[in-house]
Amino acid sequence: MPAPDAAVGRVPAARLTTAERGLPSPWTLLATLIAAIVAVPIVAVLSSLATPRLEVWAHLWRTQLGELIGNTLLLLVGVGAGTMIVGTGLAWLVVGYRFPGRAVFEWALMLPLAVPAYVIGFAFLGLFDYAGPVQTALRHWLGGHVRLPELRSYGGVVLMMTLVFYPYVYLLARAAFREQGAATLETARSLGRTRLRAFLEVALPMARPSLVAGVSLAMMEALADFGTVATFGYRTLTEAIYRVWLGMFDRTAATQLASLLLLFAFLLLGLERALRGRARFVQSHRRGPGVTPAALSGWRALGATAVCGVVLGLAFVLPVGQLLVWARGSLDTGRLEFPSLLATTLFLAGIAAVTTCALAIALGYAARLHPSPGVRAATQFASMGYALPGSVIAVGVLTPVAVVDHALGWGLEWALGWTVGLVLTGSAAALLFAYVVRFLAVSFQTLDASLGKIPPSLDDAARSLGVGVGGTLRRIHLPLMRGGLLTALILVFVETMKEMPATLLLRPLGLNTLAVGVWERTSESLWAEAAVPALAIVAAGLLPVFLAIRLSATPRA
Amino acid sequence: MRGTRTVVLALAGLWLMPPLPGGAEGPEVVVYSARHYGQEAAYDAFTKKTGVQVKIFNGNTGELFERLKAEGDKTPADILLTVDAGNLWNAARAGLLSRVDSPELQANIPARLRDPEGRWFGLTVRARTIVYNTRKVRPAELSTYEALGDPRWKGRLCLRTSSYIYNQSLLATMIKRHGEAKTEEIVRGWVANQPSLINGDAKILEAIAAGQCDVGLVNHYYLARLLAKDPTFPVAIFWANQHTTGTHVNVSGAGVTAHARHRAQAIKFLESLSSAEAQQMFADLSYEYPANLQATVSSLVERWGRFKQDDVNVASAGEFQAAATKLADRVGYK
Repeated sequence: MPAPDAAVGRVPAARLTTAERGLPSPWTLLATLIAAIVAVPIVAVLSSLATPRLEVWAHLWRTQLGELIGNTLLLLVGVGAGTMIVGTGLAWLVVGYRFPGRAVFEWALMLPLAVPAYVIGFAFLGLFDYAGPVQTALRHWLGGHVRLPELRSYGGVVLMMTLVFYPYVYLLARAAFREQGAATLETARSLGRTRLRAFLEVALPMARPSLVAGVSLAMMEALADFGTVATFGYRTLTEAIYRVWLGMFDRTAATQLASLLLLFAFLLLGLERALRGRARFVQSHRRGPGVTPAALSGWRALGATAVCGVVLGLAFVLPVGQLLVWARGSLDTGRLEFPSLLATTLFLAGIAAVTTCALAIALGYAARLHPSPGVRAATQFASMGYALPGSVIAVGVLTPVAVVDHALGWGLEWALGWTVGLVLTGSAAALLFAYVVRFLAVSFQTLDASLGKIPPSLDDAARSLGVGVGGTLRRIHLPLMRGGLLTALILVFVETMKEMPATLLLRPLGLNTLAVGVWERTSESLWAEAAVPALAIVAAGLLPVFLAIRLSATPRA
Repeated sequence: MRGTRTVVLALAGLWLMPPLPGGAEGPEVVVYSARHYGQEAAYDAFTKKTGVQVKIFNGNTGELFERLKAEGDKTPADILLTVDAGNLWNAARAGLLSRVDSPELQANIPARLRDPEGRWFGLTVRARTIVYNTRKVRPAELSTYEALGDPRWKGRLCLRTSSYIYNQSLLATMIKRHGEAKTEEIVRGWVANQPSLINGDAKILEAIAAGQCDVGLVNHYYLARLLAKDPTFPVAIFWANQHTTGTHVNVSGAGVTAHARHRAQAIKFLESLSSAEAQQMFADLSYEYPANLQATVSSLVERWGRFKQDDVNVASAGEFQAAATKLADRVGYK
């Protein structure tokens, strides 16, 4: 579908000249090195396969393995479909139409990102459980036999995860739709398509890389989630890892189960590659004005407002409201440690976000310069940490770090006679490393999708003008990727703030974050006391979201 | 390129930042703790008495074990404190704890509440027993854990999932008592009654009060906490198996780590926690039963009267934990 201002179609990726390809470039070396380091914990997890725990596997096979795999697959399908529909639908609604409240919804629909999954699950159970206020009221008015559908079920888990994970798809889809030139859509309209068909036939396929990236992030989150499935009693592979680990005290067997998760993640990434296909959709640099939203009126406008309102209400207003109710009675607990918790959290999240995005750019750019299967595979492998439960990846980080640490201590003692304690284990660096391993996928998926939209002809033009590889990145790509970069930074920042298991295991003595504060209280069922730090996570998560709104609202160059 | 270089250097600097200053210099014990509530007063009392600072690192049991293992002989931890005898037993088996010969500890803590080899000591006692809705159930209808498999409780029973550590320990001690075949039969009875599986002891109590189910199994202090807030809460406690094996009890407890740097202080710390005054603080703050019999229970719990505790050593919770997990899987207790 040719359009005056957009080059849409299949184009080859940017390539270096043959002369440049003779030796591995510094970029390739750098990317391979990064990938190798980030992959160490994943290799550590896989290395558990060397000592097969056949007895445990036989037991699992006899009792539940089929159910676990089936449940996990069902969960992936449900969460994938749910986040796809909700995230894409809402994004198109706010980009493509005008209706009452749109200006607010456009940014407010990102807010659920700041709500940790473990919080929304408890808020829903608290409200809608048999003993909760909603069902109690219903029984009071309508009689004792009245019951709502059981939340502790497949449907309940998919609903929870869709509500917390749809913002990935929404954020990426919204950015993609906004980047599309109005003229592309107008051309489709001028060829007789309705607005809806133009969306389905033009806007949606062009946004495909971003949509697929968002959905696969949501699915990997679902794969790694332990808190929600444990709370809702839905048995998945991840949930079984913890049962084997803590119920049989067999960490090796548990890690082997985690390797099975990696297999799932591998399939997911393969699926993603297949869906993205070989097609690359690039937007020409001068795309003119963005999509002009069409005004909705009457019941359509009302419907659009209602849909956005319901999603926002369920995913944000309701859990935060519940937290506020819980927090009301416990405002003075933990007030003293509070500012330091907040400062530590923001500090760690900031460093993790910048580092992770910088590494992701290096990886993505290397893959762009050298689209070889080797570089591609290395980057994919390095980003698989996202599909592993936090505790598993944390142990995967801890073990090799401790080995290096002990070797270091031994070496120093042997060579110089110095006795040192542990330098790396229990340092901020080990914790930050875990964040990078865990969240590299988030920044890489986001940035890779946005890098892919820059036409390779721009690279060639810059290079022909004598600008080096690094200069091209800095002067051409980074400015064009601003939207994607911002999205990636926000995602990693917020994810790091919410991160619990790796922080718990790897943090230095005496260092605590908001998420640790939440955990210390919830692990004792002290929900009222946990509400204050949980609200702080949500509030601190709003910060980058607002920043993004401000920056994305400024006129684009 | 200068901008890029500055960013890279700044990031590197931030990554390699030395750990936060450890606070006041001086004697200290470092506690890796999987118990996060109700012990603060006892710690403060120890510091006041000895001048030794207590540094606490909170975590989940499984993860704390991994950290201890990875740190090996360079661990900063002197004490591992955790809940559930099964966890303590597994820590000892993994070689994370060291033997302590302290006449004081042996005098303060009854033998069935500590490791026969002296590597860990129970500090507080929690009973896992039957609770019931006072409007719907007469205590005369209740007797034993086994009897919860009676068809009269069909659809009226609330349980935690089988992966919950205290349920695993309950099943493990049942295996020790009755053998696997009999235990399997008992648990099959529970499962046949189609229990509602609810995540949280406090939630089970609320579900019973609201009428979702009529009986359940919880740790006693959860009911005490709710009754302290609302004395009219319509759920009461029933001491299970009083005419047979006694009610199942579990402990929270601690041991000195295998590579403790402050070993002498760590032993003093444990001795202090086992003393009558510290035990009284535990009991008053958390509604648990003190392990040291010189301390008394809180007045709220005292009203529930004395009861016969299962006198099997709590260590069997660890010994049969894996068997209990597998048993639950076999009978479909999720």
